[in-house]
Amino acid sequence: MFGYTMTEIGSIVVMQGFAGLSLFSVLLLMALGLAIIFGQMGVINMAHGEFMTVGAYTTVFMSKVAVQYGWVGSYFMFAIITAFILAFFLGYLVEYLMIRHLYKRPLDTLLATWGLSLVMQQIFRSTFGAKEVSADLPEWLLGSFKPTPDIDIPINGVLVMGLSLIVTVSVYLYLYRSRGGLRIRATMQNRIMAGAVGINTKKVDRFTFALGCGIAGVAGAAFTTIASTGPTTGSLYIVDSFMVVVFGGAASLFGTIASAFGIAQAQSILQFFMTSSMGKVSTLMVIVVILMMRPEGLFASKVRK
Amino acid sequence: MSKLNRSQPLKKLSFLATAVAVLGITSAYAADYPTAKVNTTGLAVTDSTVTVGILHSATGTMAISETGSIQAEKLAIAQINALGGVLGRKIEVIQEDGASDWPTFAEKSKKLLENDKVAAVMGCWTSASRKAVLPVFEKDNGLLFYPTFYEGLEQSKNVFYTGQEATQQILAGLDWIAKEKKAKTFYLIGSDYIWPRTSMKIARKHIEQHLKGTVVGEEYVALGDTQFGSVINKIKLKKPDVIYAAVVGGSNVAWFKQLNAAGLDAKKQTMLTISVTEDEVLGIGGENLEGFYSAMKYFQSLKNPNNEAFVAEFKKAYGEASVIGDVTQAAYLGPWLWKAGVEKAGSFDVDKVAAALPGYEFTAAPEGYVKVDQNHHLWSKLRIGQWRKDGQADVVYESELIAPDPFPKGYQ
Repeated sequence: MFGYTMTEIGSIVVMQGFAGLSLFSVLLLMALGLAIIFGQMGVINMAHGEFMTVGAYTTVFMSKVAVQYGWVGSYFMFAIITAFILAFFLGYLVEYLMIRHLYKRPLDTLLATWGLSLVMQQIFRSTFGAKEVSADLPEWLLGSFKPTPDIDIPINGVLVMGLSLIVTVSVYLYLYRSRGGLRIRATMQNRIMAGAVGINTKKVDRFTFALGCGIAGVAGAAFTTIASTGPTTGSLYIVDSFMVVVFGGAASLFGTIASAFGIAQAQSILQFFMTSSMGKVSTLMVIVVILMMRPEGLFASKVRK
Repeated sequence: MSKLNRSQPLKKLSFLATAVAVLGITSAYAADYPTAKVNTTGLAVTDSTVTVGILHSATGTMAISETGSIQAEKLAIAQINALGGVLGRKIEVIQEDGASDWPTFAEKSKKLLENDKVAAVMGCWTSASRKAVLPVFEKDNGLLFYPTFYEGLEQSKNVFYTGQEATQQILAGLDWIAKEKKAKTFYLIGSDYIWPRTSMKIARKHIEQHLKGTVVGEEYVALGDTQFGSVINKIKLKKPDVIYAAVVGGSNVAWFKQLNAAGLDAKKQTMLTISVTEDEVLGIGGENLEGFYSAMKYFQSLKNPNNEAFVAEFKKAYGEASVIGDVTQAAYLGPWLWKAGVEKAGSFDVDKVAAALPGYEFTAAPEGYVKVDQNHHLWSKLRIGQWRKDGQADVVYESELIAPDPFPKGYQ
């Protein structure tokens, strides 16, 4: 077939399937934090990408320290946890200083957080330098896993996939199966009633926003294995993140997962058969058309307005 | 830096003359060149100073690339000042920030030329920023030294191009890889904007018409795209002898990391890239590049006395960890070439400098001998570097001097 043997075509199908899944987990990991902040809280956080960058720089910094003390093989897990904690507290601070004053003014939030993203980019640039840096990755993260001689499964892709699975399950369990999650959902659905039954809604807001930022930090840490870390890295991810969340239907976690899966598969298959740019453009066109027909996104939650 | 910027009393002529004689660079004293004579067009020239502009992005996405150029230009200017300046006048610098935004570049160049009356501007990096300032330089008759290797197809009386134009960077490199690696099939991949597209057009013509090879794939990825899974699978299916790459920015890092993760390292795949310098290696990581080739006119590891001195001075000024890429070296040439032009013309007037500079041979360049062509581009050599794990390159091939040809016939 087309001058290729069946084995070659078989292995390409397997690797292409993996490429799609890998893109899916990247998009999902990118969008999860935003699904909480934008989807649940309705805050248009343009600085979301910069929280990912915080996570990425944390990883790079930890890797430098790890190289110094010779524990390169095992720092990565600590880096992910540290990235979460740092981004979480930064998010907590940002909510306290800025976001909480703007809940009733969504468009101003857009401007304010965009401004915040510029400020953060310049802080990264002044602190870490304008040049892109790279984390020293442990040996076990490099290279590929080969089930047959023709098939290469990138190990970093497997890592991102695993991480994305863990984070998604944790977010789901927290939001829908814990008392904390119940408080968050109650506050987001009806703030006044939630307050009336004794939930400290301000505290919930702060925690929710920080949680979203923390997840962004984890995403940023994971992405150091597949892409670059520079002051403007975050801006590479922000558009895709919003796209996934909006397309999935803002308030639905399941929508976010489905939309990340749909976009990733469409993009990766189209990019294989067309050129890379055309594949991306076609995917965006399909999204635009679907959003015109379903303005609320794929899975709009049925809420009385 | 302060050491190099210290004021040089002009009375210490004998000291200066010795320094100048030792370094073999002609200089002159302000007294021999009265301001009224060397500056007939109202530039910012006084009896003891001359002002030049530096116009790069110190903020925004392009700061990654342009920072090195700013550093190199400032270093060159400080060194020129330490040698007594230009026509006995110390160079003063007004630095403006283009902020990675093309209209800002145009506005700042207007400010530099019309308000500050600078005698020359070292600046711009992307073609887009150069195209934005070009009308301003032509209207106000300014002088721009542009450091980046670029797609060619341009020539202006008001611009000197100190980087390579596309044919200088592409043709000799392809010839080398076709001969050395017996390459017949090529896969072209670049970021989706003018420089990679023009370069790939030239590369494709050269491969098909002169090397009698085949292009098995040509691909452009959106700027900033970081997902290469599908593209890499396509390459695996086509099995090209050589990947010819011009991916830039954040995408570049993702491209190499994912290529390696997918099992396509230098042991299995030959790749020649025209978009990786020592600066990019910092982000990509030497372990992801090890064994791949870059085609550039300059590598930090070049072994010649000019370069060794340059690298030492650069590290002294900006730290031991700093690296020097191709464009940084080209930016370093700007102030030196301008000084040579001014001294040859005996005047700061833009028209006279622009007329005097073509034909000038600069032997003290870190990359070695360069010559300014009538078309305002430089004659230079092409080198192929093979990347090492430590982020430096072994130069494995060096071409003859290549004439610049910004409007190549048969390649458009």
